[in-house]
Amino acid sequence: MANSPAVLITGLTKHFGKVHALDGLDLTVRTGEVHGFLGPNGAGKTTTLRILLGLLRADAGHTELLGGHPWRDAVELHRRLAYVPGDVVLWPTLSGGEAIDLLGRLRGGLDRQRKAALLDRFGLDPAKKGRAYSKGNRQKVALIAALASEVDLLLLDEPTSGLDPLMEATFREVIAEERTRGRTVLLSSHSLAEVEALCDQVTIIRDGRTVETGTLAGLRHLTRTTISADLDHVPHLLNELAGVHALTVSGSHVSFQIDGEHLQTALRLLTDAGVRQLTCRPATLEELFLRHYQAVA
Amino acid sequence: MNGTLTLVRLALRRDRVLLPVWIVVIAGLVTVSASAIAELYPHAGQRIALGVTIGATPALQALTGPVFDAASVGGLTAWRATTMASALAALMSILVVTRHTRAEEETGRAELLGSCVVGRQAVPAAAVAVAVTANAVITLLITVGLAGQGLPAAGALAFGAAVGGTGWVFTGVALAAAQLTTHARTASALACATLGLAFLLRALGDAAKAEALAWSSPLGWAQRVRAFAGERWWVIALFAVTALALVAAAALLARRRDLGAGLLPPRPGRPDARASLAGPVALAWRLQRGGLLGWAVGFAIAGTLFGALAHSLGDLVADNPHMAALLARMGGTDALTDAFLTAELSVLALVAGGYAVQATLRLRGEESALRAESVLATAVTRRRWSLSHLALALGGSALIMSVGGLSAGLAHGLRIGRPAGQAARMLGAALLQVPATWTLAGIAMLLFGLLPRLTALAWAALVAFALLAQLGELLQLDDAVMNLSPFSHVPQTLGRPVDAGPLLGLLLVTAALLAAGIVAFQRRDLQQE
Ligand SMILES: Nc1ncnc2c1ncn2[C@@H]1O[C@H](COP(=O)(O)OP(=O)(O)OP(=O)(O)O)[C@@H](O)[C@H]1O
Ligand SMILES: [Mg+2]
Repeated sequence: MANSPAVLITGLTKHFGKVHALDGLDLTVRTGEVHGFLGPNGAGKTTTLRILLGLLRADAGHTELLGGHPWRDAVELHRRLAYVPGDVVLWPTLSGGEAIDLLGRLRGGLDRQRKAALLDRFGLDPAKKGRAYSKGNRQKVALIAALASEVDLLLLDEPTSGLDPLMEATFREVIAEERTRGRTVLLSSHSLAEVEALCDQVTIIRDGRTVETGTLAGLRHLTRTTISADLDHVPHLLNELAGVHALTVSGSHVSFQIDGEHLQTALRLLTDAGVRQLTCRPATLEELFLRHYQAVA
Repeated sequence: MNGTLTLVRLALRRDRVLLPVWIVVIAGLVTVSASAIAELYPHAGQRIALGVTIGATPALQALTGPVFDAASVGGLTAWRATTMASALAALMSILVVTRHTRAEEETGRAELLGSCVVGRQAVPAAAVAVAVTANAVITLLITVGLAGQGLPAAGALAFGAAVGGTGWVFTGVALAAAQLTTHARTASALACATLGLAFLLRALGDAAKAEALAWSSPLGWAQRVRAFAGERWWVIALFAVTALALVAAAALLARRRDLGAGLLPPRPGRPDARASLAGPVALAWRLQRGGLLGWAVGFAIAGTLFGALAHSLGDLVADNPHMAALLARMGGTDALTDAFLTAELSVLALVAGGYAVQATLRLRGEESALRAESVLATAVTRRRWSLSHLALALGGSALIMSVGGLSAGLAHGLRIGRPAGQAARMLGAALLQVPATWTLAGIAMLLFGLLPRLTALAWAALVAFALLAQLGELLQLDDAVMNLSPFSHVPQTLGRPVDAGPLLGLLLVTAALLAAGIVAFQRRDLQQE
């Protein structure tokens, strides 16, 4: 059991009427890892998390959560996980502190000391009523309720989308601690810096399908390298070479991006053309994501 | 006012089904009542005899008001349908206004609109425009419908204007209520409580022939327009002036608060929860207890007032020699008192049905506000969560009926010197009505499970049952139709032996509805609006 993944999804599909929210999604989150879950707006991240929580029912595909079935075993599983929704809505007449305690108790228990410590670190006033909190503070209420629970798995849907930079830093510290305590985290996010700082593994989805999954280092290998060079003469074969993108030529200067597997051929072509000056730059994380986010032309 | 027109168009689009249904039902009720009366009482003599009976039955007057001219079809229609149609027009106006003002602010949509080129007052102005127009259409349809049946045009117009005018006044009430509170739910509760109070004042005033009391209520004004009985046109102006004053007051209040905030600032709460706030039932109780308390207070007031009045009715009627003879034939003063108390319990039961629907649909409210997600993502099953709010709906409706019955029995008993006996008798009679209110919770639950986007149909069912209770006899509807209403299956008379069969039947149907609703909910996706 110890080595079975915390989340194992294969071929998951979900329709809402005519909308194909998920269309054969795959996702594996191993126990103990912090897994980044990325994708453009409407890609299906929230839908996936809701299916994992048994709030939505999958149309097809295999879904396993902590060794159980998300729909059938919902209640037993929910004792072992905590969820922070993307849109935190609190009860207007309950104070933040009451909501934290209540959600913790419904889940099966709450570490009071941890709650106090987290309230302090996130600088949240727990005596305010739900309706009086700002968006970021509502988010903190849900985060503290989740983090102060004794659970194995945290499902976080854009947990920092309303937090200020200071609180984002606090959030990263706390998640790093959670990892050392052995908790598994599935973190949906639009913040690349956050994903880079926290995640062991990432999965990128688009239009309800997984387009990339692996470690960040591994993903970088798959990416394009940007090359710019000053040449003796510009080889006319360059624009016909496989794997070349965004080629610009001005005089004797060329710059282009090249897919990893064609790098060697391209370099050979350039050396044959007489290189006067050359810079090679691996893709930034930004470029990596942008490439995956943009629909294939 | 920039953008008001766009917002009106938006509101009309969102209400393109609901609003026409309201309008047609209200106008249709009035015209159908008129044709039924013309058909059933074709001769003036028959109509006058009916008028005398009504005069001798305070229970009827409490429900519908006084008869000003029993000799004409129009006069009887005005007696029968004015209160019903005006109260529905008021309800429609309240719902329209809250839906397009407070509910919009709460969801943040108003903010989105507010940031576009929309004047600050555009949102309330649009809501008022929609409600006022809807009421004007009702006025027009009633006028045309009644005049079309050959009734005098002036009376028809006065009737329509009385109904539409009540709608205008409650448009103003709802708008003012929306400025005082932070939540659409509290705003409509406040406005509906005002409507309930207006009904109560008019009912007491009419039953006890206390004119001043009846004049204190807009529903009393609607009667006193005296359609088809020497129209008093100035009362229409009273509606208009009151509505304008309320809208102006709301505008003044609005200037003193920020978008999304109420006038009363929120107080800080506890930094941590009491040990008792530990399960879904505790949460449901916490969320609903304030509302339940309000309902209980309302039922206590209504019960006490009606109970205190019941005994005087015999005296009122017996003062009149004609009436006294009639009264003896109808079974004497005690029978009159019992009929009045029974009628009162039936009305309370319908209102308690409203509570049951509201408390059950809290499930839907929590779901569409996404709060259900937070709870159901913890170790709480869908069944347990549903049952938590249902416990409030079922227990709460039994509680408020008990409060109504007890207070009526006590008040009546104190006047005749047998408080304990009357309290027990009325409590028993009130509890016998409870299964019908539970059936409404069952209907609401089934809709929540199967058709969560159409839960408003539970309210439609309640209105339909209320209309059956009010109009079924007049229209001589088939038993099969009458039996559709759960309220036809609970005891309608005090003091007769109770037949347990229909009550058990209701309980079984309710249990089946609840179970089916829960199972359907367990199988479906959670859905936002
Ligand atoms: N209840 C619903 N009914 C209809 N369509 C829905 C529903 N929920 C989600 N969708 C659609 O499914 C798709 C996936 O939505 P989802 O909320 O999962 O995206 P997301 O990846 O979380 O996006 P974001 O980054 O904006 O939060 C979208 O096209 C959305 O419009
Ligand atoms: Mg999302």
